[in-house]
Amino acid sequence: MYVAAKGGEKAIRNAHELLARRRRGDRTLPAVTLEQIASQLTLAVDRVMAEGSLYDTALAALAIKQARGDLIEAIFLIRAFRTTLPRFGSARPLDTGAMLVRRRVSATFKDLPGGQLLGPTFDYTHRLLDTSLAEADAGGAEEGAPPPVAEPAPPMPRVTDLIGAEGLIEPSPRDDGAEPFDITRAPVSYPVDRATRLQTLARGDEGYLLALGYSTQRGYARSHPFVGEIRFGEVEVVLDIPELGFEVSIGEVEVTECQMVNQFKGSAQVPPQFTRGYGLVFGQCERKAMSMALVERALRWQELGEEPGAPAQDEEFVLSHCDNVQATGFVEHLKLPHYVDFQAELDLVRRMRAEIAAERKEAAE
Amino acid sequence: MSAPQVGSMPDISYNFAYLDEQTKRMIRRAILKAIAIPGYQVPFAAREMPMPYGWGTGGVQVTAAVLGPDDVLKVIDQGADDTTNAVAIRGFFEKTAKVATTTSTTEASIIQTRHRIPETRLRDDQILVYQVPIPEPLRFLEPRETETRQLHALSEYGLMHVKLYEDIARHGHIATTYAYPVEVAGRYVMDPSPIPKFDNPKMDDCPALQLFGAGREKRIYAIPPHTTVRSLDFEDHPFRVQRFARPCALCGATGVYLDEVLLDDRGGRMFVCSDTDYCTTRQEEGHRGEMSPPARDAQEDAA
Repeated sequence: MYVAAKGGEKAIRNAHELLARRRRGDRTLPAVTLEQIASQLTLAVDRVMAEGSLYDTALAALAIKQARGDLIEAIFLIRAFRTTLPRFGSARPLDTGAMLVRRRVSATFKDLPGGQLLGPTFDYTHRLLDTSLAEADAGGAEEGAPPPVAEPAPPMPRVTDLIGAEGLIEPSPRDDGAEPFDITRAPVSYPVDRATRLQTLARGDEGYLLALGYSTQRGYARSHPFVGEIRFGEVEVVLDIPELGFEVSIGEVEVTECQMVNQFKGSAQVPPQFTRGYGLVFGQCERKAMSMALVERALRWQELGEEPGAPAQDEEFVLSHCDNVQATGFVEHLKLPHYVDFQAELDLVRRMRAEIAAERKEAAE
Repeated sequence: MSAPQVGSMPDISYNFAYLDEQTKRMIRRAILKAIAIPGYQVPFAAREMPMPYGWGTGGVQVTAAVLGPDDVLKVIDQGADDTTNAVAIRGFFEKTAKVATTTSTTEASIIQTRHRIPETRLRDDQILVYQVPIPEPLRFLEPRETETRQLHALSEYGLMHVKLYEDIARHGHIATTYAYPVEVAGRYVMDPSPIPKFDNPKMDDCPALQLFGAGREKRIYAIPPHTTVRSLDFEDHPFRVQRFARPCALCGATGVYLDEVLLDDRGGRMFVCSDTDYCTTRQEEGHRGEMSPPARDAQEDAA
């Protein structure tokens, strides 16, 4: 005998209880601390801060712990918290030229003012599993070795500024001083301006942008890219305080910046010169910054008079699907009950099948 | 590089009904505009909510913006108060707004719904809030927002009529069974959210205010009380709703929307009201269906 299903409330409570237990894992082992996550899983923390659009290592570490290591879930937790925060102003544009650089490489010049600084990177490692890390306290880095001395960084002008001095690359657009559009505070309508495009890409899903960026290299909106420069390090955040009449530094953030240098044949108005694709991400994430720069450049086809037609060039398509919190929500909502709509479809399919059967019978007679 | 500092946790507390007052004001402005232009999709700056997109974030934001401390809230999903998502959303407002909640359609002042309109006729002191996944009725005919906004501006709905006509030509029927497009107040074609087309007639001349929230797509639209809502059709293929061959197996109701419940793996099935409050109320009033448990007096008589 069917009795209208009740008990949803209790089932949900039990599911949450079970989730909490699974999160904690084996209770004979110590729980992982936020300090451990923030200092040993730094790149996970960076990704959560970047796509969560909130620069706070403690909260990102908490979110990762709460999400059992599911980074999109952690990003979601951060977004839901971020949205409740008041906005009290916008910072002045970051001066990445004045960055305290931890890593900086250029693929376009063998040597350049400031030099190539490899910094912490996987790039030249052999991807062999390092079983010594299986030991609880083994760290790879020598125990007790002195931390690298922060030398006074030599001035590191941006590569694009060096090429730009010769007029060989398009200048980066001037800051017109206007309050930039804020995609977290106003609905986006297409076509979008540069600020909206860059904001959307900066919080876009790393995997999605990676795939789209990759597609531009394989002939779908080919743009002949060179990594003019990638730099990672700390940048000061400066805020104008109108009440005080001067600007104050409110802290430093770690960012990765990628300036992609792309070929441009020139047009009737503009002589041949290089163009830029731009990527900027919180924390250290070169894959994301580079992908963002490739996609950003591909999206500029109209302004540069290029042929359209590739997926990465389709602004509405690229930008309206790059948010993984939106995407995961809508994909996963298919788990929710849909039996009312399915009932309507069942009814229609049955009716149409009955009609066809009747027609066939009639034809046979 | 300096070791990352894990500072002290911020003190986290939330406003009445979760959203801050500035955000609610922004949403209310969008709602007012939506009421002023029935059926028109008003863009609004939807916030990230603490439940996933696709779970009703638009409806939740609309409810949060219109909810007052004295309101009585009912939340249904597929017509039922006890489905997981309805329970979660009701719990959210109990926690963040401490409002009274109910499962009774007549007691509620605000009803948030996913995929159904209650069977009981609504009153003019009630608000029905719909959760909307895809607010654009033309989306599956034209994926581009830049195009569809223009089509709406020009009242250019030929695409939709062609689609419905092609259904008829191909299948002999209009093959849209839910989210069936309507024309509101003789102007905008609107997506009624994925309610079965069975519910479409309830929107017409409804005394209650009907609000639609799409969070991920950042749109709000509305049907003011007593507005004409017409389901699109053709003279020779008039709009028709689903009919069920049998009454509800538990309360005997006819002319209501039924859920099909599979009872075994041998084709056994029963049909019961999708609107659980309606069904329960009828059973309490003594209505019976073919699979109702034997009435108490009858049992006693037998014994």
